[in-house]
Amino acid sequence: MSIFWVLLRRELAAYFYSFTGYVIIAAITFLTGASFVQMVDAVGGSSATIPVTQMFFQSFYFWLILLLSAPVITMRLFALEKDSGTFETLMTTPVGDLEVVLAKFTAAFLFYAIMWLPLLACLLIVGHFTSQSGTLDAGTLGGMYLGIFLAGGFFLAFGCLASSLTRSQMVAAMISLAFGVGQFALAWWARNQAVSDQWQSQLVANFNIFDQMGDLSRGTVDTRAVIFYLTTTFLFLFLTLRVVESRRWK
Amino acid sequence: MIEVSNLTKRYAGSTAVDDISFTVAPGEIVGLLGPNGAGKSTTMRVLAGFLPATSGTVRVAGFDVFHDSVEARRHIGYMPENNPLYPEMRVREYLKFRARLKGLDSRRARARVTTVMEQCGLADVARRVIGQLSKGYRQRVGLADALVHEPDLVILDEPTIGLDPYQIRSVRTLIKSLGGKHTVLISTHILPEVEMMCGRVLIMYNGRVLASDTPENLQLRMAGGSQVIAEIAAPKAALEAAWENLPEIEQHDVTEADGDFFRCALTPREGVDLRPVIHELACKNGWKLRELTRSRHSLEDIYVQVTKPRTEEPE
Repeated sequence: MSIFWVLLRRELAAYFYSFTGYVIIAAITFLTGASFVQMVDAVGGSSATIPVTQMFFQSFYFWLILLLSAPVITMRLFALEKDSGTFETLMTTPVGDLEVVLAKFTAAFLFYAIMWLPLLACLLIVGHFTSQSGTLDAGTLGGMYLGIFLAGGFFLAFGCLASSLTRSQMVAAMISLAFGVGQFALAWWARNQAVSDQWQSQLVANFNIFDQMGDLSRGTVDTRAVIFYLTTTFLFLFLTLRVVESRRWK
Repeated sequence: MIEVSNLTKRYAGSTAVDDISFTVAPGEIVGLLGPNGAGKSTTMRVLAGFLPATSGTVRVAGFDVFHDSVEARRHIGYMPENNPLYPEMRVREYLKFRARLKGLDSRRARARVTTVMEQCGLADVARRVIGQLSKGYRQRVGLADALVHEPDLVILDEPTIGLDPYQIRSVRTLIKSLGGKHTVLISTHILPEVEMMCGRVLIMYNGRVLASDTPENLQLRMAGGSQVIAEIAAPKAALEAAWENLPEIEQHDVTEADGDFFRCALTPREGVDLRPVIHELACKNGWKLRELTRSRHSLEDIYVQVTKPRTEEPE
């Protein structure tokens, strides 16, 4: 397992060796800052009826960040190594395929978590200056971060898969962006469809990321959503592992 | 140390390595010599456990590189073609990372990194970023990486490609010093390189191993066909008559050079070194001899020579 930590350290550090990591964090901080302005505006104008976390989830900034961050964070993971040839030096050391996949995913996930930290400050400031109770408490904050991490794991795991499929970072980013947009489209459809007992509509309802996040930001944890995100995350990681292993079948 | 038996590697539509077998004993330095596309890199990638073989088995240090891949990889230090590195890392940091990946604990890794950096002449660039290093230094970082975990087998794919002559010399010296302690397999398409470093040469061509011999024997096998150039000041007729009368000479070609000199290109019969004969002749006749060289065989000549019997066989 110590090899996992060695790999994880390098993968995480790789974001900060180059400009990439800082640029991503700066861009995301800019977007959270913009949503902060919107939140302050909303809270200042009239009395807030919903928690600030929900306010943030209702702003389009959150969805923009979610959509854009996963492709740019994950695109380099495998594609860059395959392109530069370091994948060969990596895979000819006594490391296991599983360790490599897990370390890369975990590094992406930790970077993603770091990226969301500035939001915490924004929310605390807004929460501090609104006098109403119930706008921000441990429950809503915890629910919100749980939602961010669950959805993040889902998109990042797919990003890993996309990156493992190609040598080109650009192609990897496009694949995972297309997946994200597709997922959003499915969520819109699920949200707007008439509720029925048909299995198709039940299935699609699972992809309703908008309402799932909305629930979490109110502090309501729906186990169905949690299980959906965890299983799909594991599915994508499993597929990534199979892709990495596939060089042995060829 | 290496046992390759009936190794075949096919890519979609083409056969890169075609049923090759060879063994390498511990401590040997073996050169894999062949033109581009001969299957050298593919063979090395299979040996290093990166690509699976289509058929056949490869064992390194007693472990099958496919079935006991991780265990086999522990015994191998591999530097791929073009020596890929992480350009954003610093030299010491990179080597430490690689040492840890290869299973060394933190203390051992630190000690080994210091040792290999000294061995490879990297001590003065320890804190430099790899991407800013010259090609020669980067090559040495790749070498240091291959050596850092004290592998039994070191596989180097074209270790001197793209280096300047001085750097090539230092890399060669380094590789030569590995013999005895490590088993080394290097690939190259430069003939003198093999002669300088390797105890044995495997010649690959079109995915097959055509010959396996010491460089000296290989040269000897080739000596039969090697031309000798002599520039001698003497009457042309006398020269031609002399060559005609020498039984050792199969073919001769005398052309005019500057002054009184004539340039004679002489092809000896199988396995004869003409140079002492010519010297004696010149002394006896009192001719001035200003140049006497045996043309060295280029790689192409060797391929031609080695592939000859095969091409003459009826289809």
